[in-house]
Amino acid sequence: MRFLSDTWVIFIRSMRLSLRNVVWLVIGISQPLLYLALFGPLLKRIVGLHGFPPGNSWQVFTPGLLVQLGIFGALFVGFNLIGELRAGVIERMRVTPASRMALLAGRILRDVVVLAVQSTILLVAAFAFGLRAPIGGVILAVILVTAVGAAFAAGSYAVALRTRTEEGMASVTNSLAVPLLLLSGILLPMSLAPGWLRLIADANPVKHIVDALRALFLGHVATETVGIGVLCGAGLIVAGLAFGTRTFQRESE
Amino acid sequence: MIKARGLTKSYRTRTGTVEAVKGVDIDVDAGEIVAFLGPNGAGKTTTQRMLTTLLAPTAGTAIVAGHDLRADPVRVRRRIGYVPQGGSTSAEATVGEELVDHGRLYGLSKAQSQRRGRRLIAEIELEGTWERQTRTLSGGQRRRLDIALGLVNEPPLLFMDEPSSGLDPQARANLWRHIRALREDRGVTVFLTTHYLDEADALCDRVFVIDHGEIVARGTPAELKREVSGDAVSLRLRDLDDVAAAIAVLAAIPHSTLTRSDGDMLDFGLPDASLALPEVFAALERAGVGLAGIEVHRPTLDDVFLSLTGRALRDDPVPTAA
Repeated sequence: MRFLSDTWVIFIRSMRLSLRNVVWLVIGISQPLLYLALFGPLLKRIVGLHGFPPGNSWQVFTPGLLVQLGIFGALFVGFNLIGELRAGVIERMRVTPASRMALLAGRILRDVVVLAVQSTILLVAAFAFGLRAPIGGVILAVILVTAVGAAFAAGSYAVALRTRTEEGMASVTNSLAVPLLLLSGILLPMSLAPGWLRLIADANPVKHIVDALRALFLGHVATETVGIGVLCGAGLIVAGLAFGTRTFQRESE
Repeated sequence: MIKARGLTKSYRTRTGTVEAVKGVDIDVDAGEIVAFLGPNGAGKTTTQRMLTTLLAPTAGTAIVAGHDLRADPVRVRRRIGYVPQGGSTSAEATVGEELVDHGRLYGLSKAQSQRRGRRLIAEIELEGTWERQTRTLSGGQRRRLDIALGLVNEPPLLFMDEPSSGLDPQARANLWRHIRALREDRGVTVFLTTHYLDEADALCDRVFVIDHGEIVARGTPAELKREVSGDAVSLRLRDLDDVAAAIAVLAAIPHSTLTRSDGDMLDFGLPDASLALPEVFAALERAGVGLAGIEVHRPTLDDVFLSLTGRALRDDPVPTAA
């Protein structure tokens, strides 16, 4: 009960401050739209290529963008926390009896809501560009991305608490994000990759999530691909939340 | 209000274990204003972070505001307020939002929190700022808001970390007035850290001097100053030829010690100049030594720190508010 009310207070506070930051709002919404408008058309040309997965180019590309938005966007939310750490806000809140988990959960809830709104905007725009996909699959895809995004947000906050500087945070997130991104087949599907590259990519849980999303966009819900993706997502969620709460609960740092 | 025994914090680093705080004992009674005085890196903030539940002690025990720090940190948190160094508010948030949200983290209802916030704002002379974003406040106003936030749960004990750093002299004086009022009007016990000697001197009933993680002295500012070898007196003689005669006179004054003789200037120490100087003047006059000037320097906490540690406490010039 205490946890829920504290989470709510932190959620409302974080949301209020996010909405006040107009630049951040515009960037957050316009970036996926730019990808759709400026990168999407390129994909149309290579749909016929050997190894390109089934479906039209938007059914392949939009799931990738969802992951880009949800997972890699969430990796960077920790930068907000560094600002709050520097302003002494976190310290002030940690001296209250508020649940330590709530201090984290309220912020993640904000990120999840923002993510869901951004995903919806992205999907509506993609539909206008020519995406056709079964609605049920799309909804499941958004749920999966948002859940994994929450885990990445938790991890990002934990990294922020441990590094405490933008520089430290940037080096950790970038060294993590770039290989994960390149090996996930977000922009171009991994089915186009040579054998050795595909092998490495198979070790990347994000790649399986992307595959699962593409299957969901084709309406292939009860498939092995989706099962593996959900399992990878669940693993990431457990790991991210454990790392996040452990770091937030530590009395010392 | 605070009873700490053997409070220790050590960190493991690549080169070995660093003891930031080496087993300090602290006793603070209800209603006191107490300062932790020491240079940067002496362990003041680390000790305070332990006492405020932000940092788990490596060893030692403490009862803070009636509750055991280790066994019951949540109860301790309910009963203390904390004003962190360098602010505690988001620039984009408004004064009212910060106060109400903070109160709600203590379990107050929205209405309760609003009432309490408004009352605190009035008490600490921030009327008319409720709707303003904190970035539009002056440095002194923002620090007072930090204090108001620290008082939202009406704690009997308030911790403040370097409360006046970064404030201009006027804002400091004003802040001190408010800190004194906390005790007078609300009976709040205040435990603050500072590396400003004038702050400890002007504000505090008792001072703990900390250096290299150890408490090297404790007492009222007056007691600590008395431990230093009394007052320093400088005499300027009217006639350079009188130096030898003057030195002879001073040697006959009980407990006086000549520290320096340079041209027509003589420096010497006295346990209590206010009592001994009339006798010094009379003796000098009897010996026919004329004076051109006199200067009495009473010891400051700076001298206390110097005599305790052999080092000067770096007392930065007070920076102006940004």
